[in-house]
Amino acid sequence: MKHVLSNRLIWPALVLVALLLANLAFNHSFFNIRLQNGNLFGPLVDILRNAAPVVLVALGMTLVIATRGIDLSVGAVAAISGSWASMHIISSGDPSSVRVVLTAVGVALLMALVAGAWNGFLVSVLGIQPIVATLVLMTAGRGLAQIITSEKILYPDNSPAYKLIGGGYLLAVPFSILLAGIIFGLTAILTRRTALGTLIEAVGVNPEASRLAGIRSRSIIWIVYLFAGLLAGLAGLMLTSNSTSADPNSIGLFIELDAILAVVIGGTSLAGGRFSLAGTLIGAFIIEAMNTFVIQAISARATDVFKACVVIAVMILQSPQARAMVTGAFRGRKRAVVVPAGSVVSPGSAAISAPAPATPDTADGHTAATSDSILTKSSGTTS
Amino acid sequence: MLSNTQSYADSPDGTGDRPVATPIVEMSGISISFPGVKALQNVAFRLFPGEVHSLMGENGAGKSTLIKALTGVYTIDSGSIRVAGNDVLFSGPGEAQNAGIATVYQEVNLVTNLTVAENIMLGREPRRFGMIDWRAMRKHSRKVLADLNLDIDPGSLLESHSIAVQQLVAIARAVDINAQVLVLDEPTSSLDAREVGELFTIIRKIRDSGVAILFVSHFLDQVYEISDRLTVLRNGELVSEHLVHDLPRIDLISKMIGKDLAALDELEEGTKREATERVSGGAFLHAEGVGKTGSIKPYDLEIHPGEVVGLAGLLGSGRTELARLLYGADKNDSGAITIKGEPVKLRSPRIALDNKIAFASEDRKAEGLIGDLTVRANIVLAMQSERGWLRQIPRKQQDELAEKYIKALDIRPTNPEALVRNLSGGNQQKVLLARWLITEPKLLILDEPTRGIDIGAKAQIQKLVASLSDEGMAVVYISAELEEVLRLSHRIGIMRDRVKIAEIVNQGVTVNDIMETIAAEAGQPA
Amino acid sequence: MTTTLQPAIGPEAPSKKRSLKRFERYSPIAATVVLLIVMLAFGGIRYDNFLSGQALLDLFNKNSYLFVLAIGMTFVILTGGIDLSVGAVMAMGTVIAAQLLSKGWSPALVIPVVLVISTVLGLLVGLMIDKFKIQPFIATLAAMFLARGLSLMITDRQIAITDTFFQKMNLTHINLWETTTNTRRGVRVSDVYTTWSVVIALLILVIAFVVLHYTRFGRTVYAIGGGESSANLMGLAVARTKISVYAISGLCSGLAGILYSFYTASGDPIVGVGYELNAIAAVVIGGTLLAGGAGYVLGSVLGVITLSVIYAYKDFDGGLNTGWTRVMIGALVLLFIVLQRVLVARRK
Repeated sequence: MKHVLSNRLIWPALVLVALLLANLAFNHSFFNIRLQNGNLFGPLVDILRNAAPVVLVALGMTLVIATRGIDLSVGAVAAISGSWASMHIISSGDPSSVRVVLTAVGVALLMALVAGAWNGFLVSVLGIQPIVATLVLMTAGRGLAQIITSEKILYPDNSPAYKLIGGGYLLAVPFSILLAGIIFGLTAILTRRTALGTLIEAVGVNPEASRLAGIRSRSIIWIVYLFAGLLAGLAGLMLTSNSTSADPNSIGLFIELDAILAVVIGGTSLAGGRFSLAGTLIGAFIIEAMNTFVIQAISARATDVFKACVVIAVMILQSPQARAMVTGAFRGRKRAVVVPAGSVVSPGSAAISAPAPATPDTADGHTAATSDSILTKSSGTTS
Repeated sequence: MLSNTQSYADSPDGTGDRPVATPIVEMSGISISFPGVKALQNVAFRLFPGEVHSLMGENGAGKSTLIKALTGVYTIDSGSIRVAGNDVLFSGPGEAQNAGIATVYQEVNLVTNLTVAENIMLGREPRRFGMIDWRAMRKHSRKVLADLNLDIDPGSLLESHSIAVQQLVAIARAVDINAQVLVLDEPTSSLDAREVGELFTIIRKIRDSGVAILFVSHFLDQVYEISDRLTVLRNGELVSEHLVHDLPRIDLISKMIGKDLAALDELEEGTKREATERVSGGAFLHAEGVGKTGSIKPYDLEIHPGEVVGLAGLLGSGRTELARLLYGADKNDSGAITIKGEPVKLRSPRIALDNKIAFASEDRKAEGLIGDLTVRANIVLAMQSERGWLRQIPRKQQDELAEKYIKALDIRPTNPEALVRNLSGGNQQKVLLARWLITEPKLLILDEPTRGIDIGAKAQIQKLVASLSDEGMAVVYISAELEEVLRLSHRIGIMRDRVKIAEIVNQGVTVNDIMETIAAEAGQPA
Repeated sequence: MTTTLQPAIGPEAPSKKRSLKRFERYSPIAATVVLLIVMLAFGGIRYDNFLSGQALLDLFNKNSYLFVLAIGMTFVILTGGIDLSVGAVMAMGTVIAAQLLSKGWSPALVIPVVLVISTVLGLLVGLMIDKFKIQPFIATLAAMFLARGLSLMITDRQIAITDTFFQKMNLTHINLWETTTNTRRGVRVSDVYTTWSVVIALLILVIAFVVLHYTRFGRTVYAIGGGESSANLMGLAVARTKISVYAISGLCSGLAGILYSFYTASGDPIVGVGYELNAIAAVVIGGTLLAGGAGYVLGSVLGVITLSVIYAYKDFDGGLNTGWTRVMIGALVLLFIVLQRVLVARRK
């Protein structure tokens, strides 16, 4: 039991279960899955299907964030690839041809790779901070998508082969769910069967030590942005294929935010380092389950407010300062006895300290005086 | 602890004609601890008006911590601080400043994106009708600078000036807030000789106006040139306080380094090296005039397989800087390196690694280990990066390697899946060593591998180094503990102020010989 | 007392070089000015009347809210932060204003209420960033969701504003001078005008300039951008200032919302999507370092004008794909970011 509780995934998993049960309370047939025309249907299937594009983007985002980066351009990249594929299929004159669709998909994914390479170049070669570097493509990418579509809203709905990616079924299961599952498996293999995962974590935890250990961090960083671009492109295909229209202004709008949120909920820190693909998966499901719940219980209009509250809650829970404050509040009375009154934590000294070394274990075991000193000192110790 | 200090009745020296002063700062019983570290234990310190008082000590002695306690950056766990006779308890640098204590840190703590005038007056800008009066600000700054005989345009951006000038502006700011106490934390570490001379002129001027100056520098010559009084710290404890002219350099060095090694000596009788030179066949690495501007002067080094070359010198003498050049962690801008006779440009650690050079940094946490990864992952990391990310070392082989080295180096806990950050310092050091040993280096550069670790682990690491060199590995060994360098090295390069001042073959050399070499005044033959 | 004062240290260069160096800090803004002139000239050559008085004034008239957003963003970016919530907070401002007006509230009450709410939201964001050390981009992201979500909860469709004051602000032209144009039917005399929104935006600009350059608060903003820990060690009010810049950005976003509802006489919960990018782009193009510490609010205004010129291309050229405006903005942002890297690298 102790082992289970110490697992980093246990809390997100519990939240997910709680959300699913909450959904059940509002909709008693929530867990029902029925076979209709040989295909699976039901609210749970919907959640998985809706989560699929976010899962794709979030998997790429997980690796980027693990290297201390961020990719704000994924939504725009999704728009580029989705627009291009739709445009190609419509203008080919033979939308139902599998070959046309394969070409469309292939070229669209290639464009997404180029976009990822571009981001990787700005970050790893030019050394521009990731948030700024990817902002460029976030701004310009949707413009490119608009140029591709000549500002028209496209209706690629008479191509069954294209429709399959986001809206079709294979072996009774929605194809998008299968695809997301396969990509999840491939990502796991890519990161855990090669040394990529370890090296990404090493670069994210300690870039300087990684450099001194001989790691070529430049190529590692380039790879993660390429990967994030590719998966964003795939998500763009999924999104345009599932809806009957492709509007470059709305394909994948705000998907970067959902992806970042999924990563953070899944336990990967925005400060980089160790990452959890399974956590990200759960995070994406949590977002979808929450959306479903809010739509049922309140209204579709309230989903953003809930998301905001979740972001704030998760960030505060992950903040060492907040933990220290809670610890301090519980120990307030004791501390007043031990420590002279004048040395209460001041905002000034707290602001200097680098993210304080207040790990959760300060909550137990230490004396009040120790926990107080953790609050007031920065992490540097040597002279 | 204070028993061996000068009597408190002594007047501060250097301004002889002034009446006996009372200390402006009196710190007593100061203790500060961080999670897992006792940074200061029951330390006393005092500072008189009109004196330059140097705080001396090696790495981890507690100098920075003491300064940060005085300047309100850290809160003390126990003890008292009196400034001008009043008990004070600062909860931030602002409060210390208001009490008349100004600090100039090694990395200039000004904002370089603003003008010189603003950096002098930020937070105290003259105002007219509630608006900042820029003209008055520039005028006032010009006067402050002129008082210090500095010709700096107050309207220029601080970043357009050299570090030396920035340093002086920081001092001008301190003077302008009428500081009674000026703390200078390694102000000279990036200045050249001329700049140091000019800085000292200004320091003397300020001292003569009655300000108490707390000075920290790694350069002994500078300390002896500028200081009136010294306080020596070691391992977070007070060693002693002296008037400078009462304390010969050799005694200062021995106080800083300490002589608590008797226990280790007993433990180590078995590994005392046969002190012969090992020059067989060609050199593995030959460096000629390798240097880097502002970091280390050109250095010649030759190292043969199976040879241990020790680098001795105080903190800041350039020993770490040399090691980093040999590993490509920094790029040399002068000199050339050949490995087995082939010229090599060590542009990055990766190239050094490919040339079978390994480097274990003195800063294990920041530059060595990946704290959030497991012992296993850390041990195989360098080997893995040699192979590239695609060819992962098979898990089975990883486990075998980890197990082998955990056993061979006696790493505790023995669990290869433990996170490295949870290990003790000694065990972390062993993990770092294991990482490099797996790559089978021909040259192993160890920077302070035994610092801050317990005596048992220390002995194990020393034994390991001896046996590695017996097996034919070349080792560069850096340590602040001269006994350790003497015990292990075949040859010793002695450094001071970023220059190699001597290279000796370790035959009949004593710790005292090395200390005397270091202590010799600059310009005299070593 | 015995020291003989040696020749003082200072820049060895003679004073002429020194005075040149003084101007080096304006080089990014000079680049913006040059760029703007080239772009205006290009428009003037390519399109008729592009450089007419009214067309130039329209660069301001049509984008007054963007000026205010960019001014608020400048404060935040100067400290090294970023605010992704400005577009959503602006939308929230329009919605709250429209909703309260439709309930019969007086504009004299509605406007202060909008400004207070948006300022408080910014204040909370600032507190989160300062007290919990949450990265600005994620904290303001949460604020963006919150503001957008709250707007949608108030209404999911556009609300028209019928209030006479807002209508008046929408329709009133401030005529500056008369201009004559030759048309086929003879000489036509028309007024060249601006709007009250532009006047308000300019007023905000003046206030922002004074605050940034003539108050201790403003200089602390720059100092934080130059080095937060240094600013702290110098004893400046870092925490208070950091929190305040987000409150200021919130206030500006709320005001931009008011100006937008003047402009459109409506409240719209989905307006302003992506405006945070425009505001950031304007600040960057205006020469402010994204790392903080260097830049001018006047530069941000030039940045907004640059964006306005790009939009004017689109207005004058019906065939131009809207996509190109975004690509051009992205390209300019990239250009200035690379320029910044080069400048920073050269200083070191």
